Amino acid sequence: MPTGGQGLLKERVVQPSSRRQSTTVFGNLDWFTVLIYFVLVCLGWMNIYAVVYSPDNVVNIFSFDINSGKQLVWIGTGVILMIVLIVVDYKVYEHLAYPIYGGIILLLLFTLAVANPVAGSRSWLDLGGGVRLQPAELAKFATALAISKFLSQVSLRQQKMKDQMILAAITFLPAVIIILQNETGSALVFGAFILAFFREGMSPLILIIGGSAAAIFILTLLVPKLYLLIGVAALMGLAMFLDYRLMRRFKTMIALFVLVVGMVFSVDYFVNDILQPHQQNRIKALINPEADPLGYGWNVTQSKIAIGSGGFWGKGFLEGTQTKFDFVPEQSTDFIFCTIGEEHGWVGSTILIGLFMLLMMRIVYIAERQKSVFGRTYGYCVVSVIFFHFVINVGMTIGLAPVVGIPLPFFSYGGSSLWSFTILLFILLAIDANRNRELVRQ
Amino acid sequence: MNYLENRKYVIQAIFLVVGIVYALRLFYIQVIDSSYKQAAETNAIKTIIQYPFRGLIYDRNGELLVQNTPVYDLMIVPKEARNIDTLRLANMLDITLEDARERFKKARTYSWVKPSIFQQMLSTADFAHIQDNLIDFPGFYINARTARGYPHQSLGHALGYIAEISPKQLEDSTYKGYRPGDYIGKAGIEMAYEKYLMGQRGVKYKMVNVRGIDKGSFKDGAYDTLSIAGQNMVSTIDLDLQAYGEYLMNGAKGSIVAIEPKTGEILAYVSAPFYDPNLFTGKDYGKNYMQLLQDPDKTMFNRPIMADRNPPGSIFKLTQALIALEDGVINPNTTYACNKSLVNCHPHPSPLDLRGAVQHSCNPWFFQAYKALINQGKSKNTFTDTSLGLKDWREHVLTFGFGKKLGIDIPGEKSGIIASTDLYDRVYGKNRWKYSTIYSLSIGQGELGVTPLQMANFMAIVANKGYYVTPHLIRSIGEDGKPLAENYERHYTSVKPHHFDPIIEGMAEVVRAGTGRKASLDKIGITVCGKTGTAQNPQGPDHAVFVAFAPKEDPKIAIAVYVEHGKWGGQSAAPIAGLMIEKYMTDSISALKVQEKWVLSREYLNIKSK
Repeated sequence: MPTGGQGLLKERVVQPSSRRQSTTVFGNLDWFTVLIYFVLVCLGWMNIYAVVYSPDNVVNIFSFDINSGKQLVWIGTGVILMIVLIVVDYKVYEHLAYPIYGGIILLLLFTLAVANPVAGSRSWLDLGGGVRLQPAELAKFATALAISKFLSQVSLRQQKMKDQMILAAITFLPAVIIILQNETGSALVFGAFILAFFREGMSPLILIIGGSAAAIFILTLLVPKLYLLIGVAALMGLAMFLDYRLMRRFKTMIALFVLVVGMVFSVDYFVNDILQPHQQNRIKALINPEADPLGYGWNVTQSKIAIGSGGFWGKGFLEGTQTKFDFVPEQSTDFIFCTIGEEHGWVGSTILIGLFMLLMMRIVYIAERQKSVFGRTYGYCVVSVIFFHFVINVGMTIGLAPVVGIPLPFFSYGGSSLWSFTILLFILLAIDANRNRELVRQ
Repeated sequence: MNYLENRKYVIQAIFLVVGIVYALRLFYIQVIDSSYKQAAETNAIKTIIQYPFRGLIYDRNGELLVQNTPVYDLMIVPKEARNIDTLRLANMLDITLEDARERFKKARTYSWVKPSIFQQMLSTADFAHIQDNLIDFPGFYINARTARGYPHQSLGHALGYIAEISPKQLEDSTYKGYRPGDYIGKAGIEMAYEKYLMGQRGVKYKMVNVRGIDKGSFKDGAYDTLSIAGQNMVSTIDLDLQAYGEYLMNGAKGSIVAIEPKTGEILAYVSAPFYDPNLFTGKDYGKNYMQLLQDPDKTMFNRPIMADRNPPGSIFKLTQALIALEDGVINPNTTYACNKSLVNCHPHPSPLDLRGAVQHSCNPWFFQAYKALINQGKSKNTFTDTSLGLKDWREHVLTFGFGKKLGIDIPGEKSGIIASTDLYDRVYGKNRWKYSTIYSLSIGQGELGVTPLQMANFMAIVANKGYYVTPHLIRSIGEDGKPLAENYERHYTSVKPHHFDPIIEGMAEVVRAGTGRKASLDKIGITVCGKTGTAQNPQGPDHAVFVAFAPKEDPKIAIAVYVEHGKWGGQSAAPIAGLMIEKYMTDSISALKVQEKWVLSREYLNIKSK
């Protein structure tokens, strides 16, 4: 099944390179990605300290009484974890993809059955000794492995209905269980795999339709219905005017428009009558956080105040007033980006965005240089998840995305999250480090 | 199949677009839009106003008149006030349950998270009681500040009071430095000298967390300013004399104003009935205020400067004589017969010269003297002549401080009434009135209204033989204690000094052997010059007036006593004036011990009118 641009890659593979031909796994490791990983983790750790820092009660950054000390434990164990992931025979990931996936599904179900609700969520598994695990985090890499395994065996381009259904089932089964655990935010992440599917041959129409549907959904809440429909009609008219082929499909266009009208009206019904109150509030907070600054808009308003007060250069490390004095809730986990924005200003925020851009571009590069479809697809799955977390997490702090409780990768406080992303990323790096052993290009 | 690999560019483009959009959005909220910075400041930086100590006020001998005492406001933060035993709270504060609920509602309406006052001005004793129980009432805390306190019960009307600034004042640009909840002088000295007394507020910037808990000073206090205490002031009042005056007037209605003639310094300022200024400092301030405002005796009516509807009576004869002397229509030896067909009089020797007329307060004498003053024959037409004469007379009278505000340094002063040609023209028509219409002015009745302050000031004029210094209550402001120059300007009357001598002689006779005998201090060698008066009162018993100054040779005190329904000046007002003078001159009462008893018995109020 020849996929991917062989010409370009073949040349690179053939080129002699001392690093690529290194015999040890660590010699072949993509150290650039590892560097970005550690930069992000360290910056995150310092910002976690900045959140808890209090000028009248200075606690050492290493103290285990505060989050930064605890995070250091997660970082340390994360290093052990990554070594294990790299040292393990890389073939394990492909061969055991389905068993791992199955095991995680069982773990999710088990969690749903036995977990004590924590803040309404039944997603935490108490391991005893104060250690808790959120299997939903582990579901991300497991699902990514299963998807990659499946796609290495079938081709999406053949557009077999059966294969597509199976793929959808693999992707959304964990999401459904996670929704049942009342962790809708984490479940949404699974939608991000659509980017990987797109790369592997999914019709771009799905991406376009999905994107348009999301845009119409949000615009319905922002713009009066009549204006929105007039705008959509005008765009469609313009498209037909520009492309004569669409002109011939006039009936299809009319049907599409009717569909849009139906969607616009059902969104209203959906938001107000189907969504749970806290979900409604998150969406409403996105649209107009000022409407109820002390209620559902509090997080967004305070987050924007914190970031906005940072200015160009920021207030300086440990100098932030908004983040330090608890004005922004979930400060060290979901709203960690506020600390950057406030203390390091636009410069710091933009550097962080740049780091994520760099990381994501590098992962795409790594994915593309894989010889196996399994490796490449897995790379795209990794970047999809990181991208989704980045878009939503940063977007919600600056009022461009609804408030969804998902962490900023490598940055936010929390063991489950850090481990989950470490596993996700270093499986890819392990596969990548062994890519030259793949003899066959599929 | 290259086209699938090219999809990586689409994906990378999506990443880049999001990154750029986010960076631009951040640029907007962090660099362009400044509203977030302000919001952050109001969020985390709490401005704490440091209220300055209000200036203290001392009396002329260094006795403390007004001080600051600690009071405690019980504050509530509705958000934190959970599971409150409202009944217990109400009992603790001694308020009704409904009242407590009403206050909860008010606090919640004001703000859910910001503190507001639940109970104002608890005393130290109340505070001690409540503090022990406060632990059971989350969301409540005590805010200490200072209120005015008075170590005595005197001088309420002159001192005035402070209270929370009104919404109307807040809108007024004159008060632009004030904030809601600030205290401001509302009457008397407190109001007139507000700008000196208030001092300067300080500001402290504190960092607070989301629950409003103090997290230390902002930038190490670089922007903090200290409060500057208000300036202390020295009053002209003699607290002992003041308290004694109130002691004498307790139970009566009326005024006492005593002035040091040379300086215009007010020594005593009694408005009876009076009130304890401490009533306006405690938590029952509002209740007390309403009670006083509504009381039938009009306690809040500041009589010495506001009671300007009453004619001065016979004391005005002195003014008339002085003007007649100045105009040359009489001289000290002019004699008139006591012709009772002109105006009623009481038995006394007749005819009399000026001195005798003053001593016996002979009504017909002054009828004739005033006629000579008004009708000087400047016009053949008797109407025009009267009009011209009245105009000329009025100009003289105004130089005595009658008919206009003297300019005392507290607000609310009334100007009084002095008959004018305009007034008569309006009432009777132009050229329709003549001397027979207005003759009662000659004996101080008719279209005349004089405040007790103006009466006392008149005595100061006589004592000074022709000038007065604007009466005032504040001698100096601030540490250096320099007298305020503007308070010591002399105002000369139109009457030359030597014309005062025969009047003073007559006034001495009034006290020695006339109607003012009850004010005589001959026993201790002090010559008091005085004049009694009776202000006709159509609504009831006449009001008694007595004005005096002493000692005759070197006047130290000029005084006016006005006793409502006191009937005759000689019976009620004169002994009070005498006692005040003795108290001031000797610091004790010996010569007039009997009179003191008489005054305090209030029997003068029961003497049957003729």
